[in-house]
Amino acid sequence: MAKNKPEGYLSARESRRISKENRKITSAMEKTRKRKNVPESEYLTTMHDPNNAVEFDNLHTYFFTDAGTVKSVDGVTFEVPIGKTVGVVGESGCGKSVTSLSLMQLLQRPQGQIVEGEIRLNLGDKAVNVAKMPDKEMQHLRGNYVSMIFQEPMTSLNPVFRIGDQVDEVISLHNGEGKSKEEVKARTIELLELVGIANSEGVYQMFPHELSGGMRQRVVIAMALACNPKIIIADEPTTALDVTIQAQVLDILRSLKDKINSSIMFITHDLGVIAEMADYVVVMYAGRIVEKGTAEDIFYHPAHPYTIGLMASKPVVGKQVDKLYSIPGKVPNPINMPDYCYFKDRCEMCVSGCSGAYPCEVSLSETHKVSCYRYYDEAKKGGA
Amino acid sequence: MGVNKGIADGVGRAHGASTPEELKYQTEKREERLKKGLQPAGGTGTAPVMASSDPNEPLVYDPQYILMVKNLKKYFPIKGGMMSHVVGQVKAVDGVTFNLKRGTTMGLVGESGCGKTTTGRTILRLSGEKTGGQVLFNGQEVYDLSPKEMRSMRTKMQIIFQDPFSSLSPRLPVGEIIGEAVREHNLVQKSEFNAYIDQVMDNCGLQPFHKDRYPHEFSGGQRQRICIARALALNPEFVVCDEPVSALDVSIQAQIINLLKELQEKYSLTYLFISHDLSVVEHISDTVGVMYLGNLVEYGATEDIFRNPLHPYTKALFSAIPIPDPKAKMNRIVLEGSIPSPANPPSGCKFHTRCKYCTERCKKEAPVQREVEPGHYVVCHLFDK
Repeated sequence: MAKNKPEGYLSARESRRISKENRKITSAMEKTRKRKNVPESEYLTTMHDPNNAVEFDNLHTYFFTDAGTVKSVDGVTFEVPIGKTVGVVGESGCGKSVTSLSLMQLLQRPQGQIVEGEIRLNLGDKAVNVAKMPDKEMQHLRGNYVSMIFQEPMTSLNPVFRIGDQVDEVISLHNGEGKSKEEVKARTIELLELVGIANSEGVYQMFPHELSGGMRQRVVIAMALACNPKIIIADEPTTALDVTIQAQVLDILRSLKDKINSSIMFITHDLGVIAEMADYVVVMYAGRIVEKGTAEDIFYHPAHPYTIGLMASKPVVGKQVDKLYSIPGKVPNPINMPDYCYFKDRCEMCVSGCSGAYPCEVSLSETHKVSCYRYYDEAKKGGA
Repeated sequence: MGVNKGIADGVGRAHGASTPEELKYQTEKREERLKKGLQPAGGTGTAPVMASSDPNEPLVYDPQYILMVKNLKKYFPIKGGMMSHVVGQVKAVDGVTFNLKRGTTMGLVGESGCGKTTTGRTILRLSGEKTGGQVLFNGQEVYDLSPKEMRSMRTKMQIIFQDPFSSLSPRLPVGEIIGEAVREHNLVQKSEFNAYIDQVMDNCGLQPFHKDRYPHEFSGGQRQRICIARALALNPEFVVCDEPVSALDVSIQAQIINLLKELQEKYSLTYLFISHDLSVVEHISDTVGVMYLGNLVEYGATEDIFRNPLHPYTKALFSAIPIPDPKAKMNRIVLEGSIPSPANPPSGCKFHTRCKYCTERCKKEAPVQREVEPGHYVVCHLFDK
């Protein structure tokens, strides 16, 4: 008797077959990664523009799961200029965090792999391709050049170690050569004061549970800043915080960025926070960038229907509407992505071209780029 | 009133109506509110929203209010020492007074730890006995009911919990989650049970064939719909929505807010909407209460509160809202430090440790609720005449 199988059902045999195939792919990748004495020439590269701190070039990060390959990041290209803040917006599951984890090489391996593309990191005198870096070299970059502020201050601190010990560890691990214990401690106290913790000596002795959410997030920020990184990745640093505390944390981030002249990659789904912080905005949807541009481009002339929908669905204080706009439908299944525009099924502004292949990037202005068929004509006119 | 004028200039204007459309919208909204029997914002209403300020005087039932709360207190004991005797008290809710009209929504905002959720739960008698004050639901003191009477009262007042990922039992299919209470209270006959559940699910935007699935098969938005369906299956009059959208994505948030508004119109529900997202509260509420450390510091019609915030805390809270406009320059009032411990609240006005306008009097004497304009109440010494 044929059973009525729900959508997405996978038989055990099918699942075994997929996992066997996956293992072949991932173990080959792991093997190249784990070679000893990788020559430097393999991961040395040159920046396309020396003013950029990071360049993501056609990055593909896939997760090889037993249910199929999830293309979390599928061809993402954008730059983070030195001293600027780039905001990455999108719904949960759109690949924002995976993009940043790819840069840090903190993907869940062996399932998660960068299969294609480059992430060029500017180290000042040279540039490296992070996607090909061996683990040992990567260890020198993390903390010193790239560091990350994680989403939940409650879970990203170790509950059994004192705050001071945790920050000390970062310093002595990455930047601790020739430093005595006292010097490391002095640096930790200095960092805690930098992020606005008044009672820094006291906090040094405390455990994470003794601090409030805002204070914990400050400690996490202090840890990220410990070695004066060139790039700070802030992965939803204020999502778990109250508005008043959020305002404080954003102020700290802004002033620190100027103080140590680093770039920030700011990941959030809050458009208000993005508007306040970011110089450039990247809008992601289902693993791809649908629109990017300066903050003014995105907020004053949103072009992609998804960006427009996202803006309309957030209630804004002082602007009243009777009914909030909500984007119909839901994100397509990441395992079976359609071959046309991913947003077509939810889009209310479809044109005839939409059933064709995934639209390529169209420039609306020098800085403003969008992937949508609605702007093909305009671009042609502009180009002609 | 010189001080007041000074601080009133700061934030209020940022949210004021500037375009003709917005003005028109506000006029419409005001008419709509009049129809609902609410006081117009800033108008001259005759019915007092608040009962007299004497905290010991018992409440007099007024049929226009579905819920009357007066001087509600809820303290949690801190136990310590060898015999685990009580060494202190966490004053989670410390004298909250408000009245809620039928068919309207009251928003409750504040930082985390200020007692919003405890207020909601204490009203529903979900966290043991209250410490003091009165809760009149339809004129009936909730805490005087016997367990049996309380059971039947529960069908009239329901709650939607914050996190749809942890508030649904992973072992029950959706139909059972929604129908459990209906069966328990014998609301419908056995023969009609299935049809009833289908209808409830349909109303909340769920497909009836999802009945046999388990919560883990649903996305966050769908789960929140299940939570809403569970609350509404009992035909309640009053629903406490405890941060129903804060765990959801922006686009899903809009769907859930629209659903809540739709259902309110359909069944003339009354909501107590607890949230720390001020833009959502402004969108959904008719009246707003701002809480700080267990006290309601400001209370009034949504328009009054958002156009003309009076309490220094409300101003600071509103100035911290990020506005999705890269050129908007806010006069941000950044509050120093964080919320004090409710186990050892500051003397006098609880906000004085973080307040810019703090005077000697604020440190000693606790302010009382004052009606600054009709229907707009504030608890602050700055507004003493």
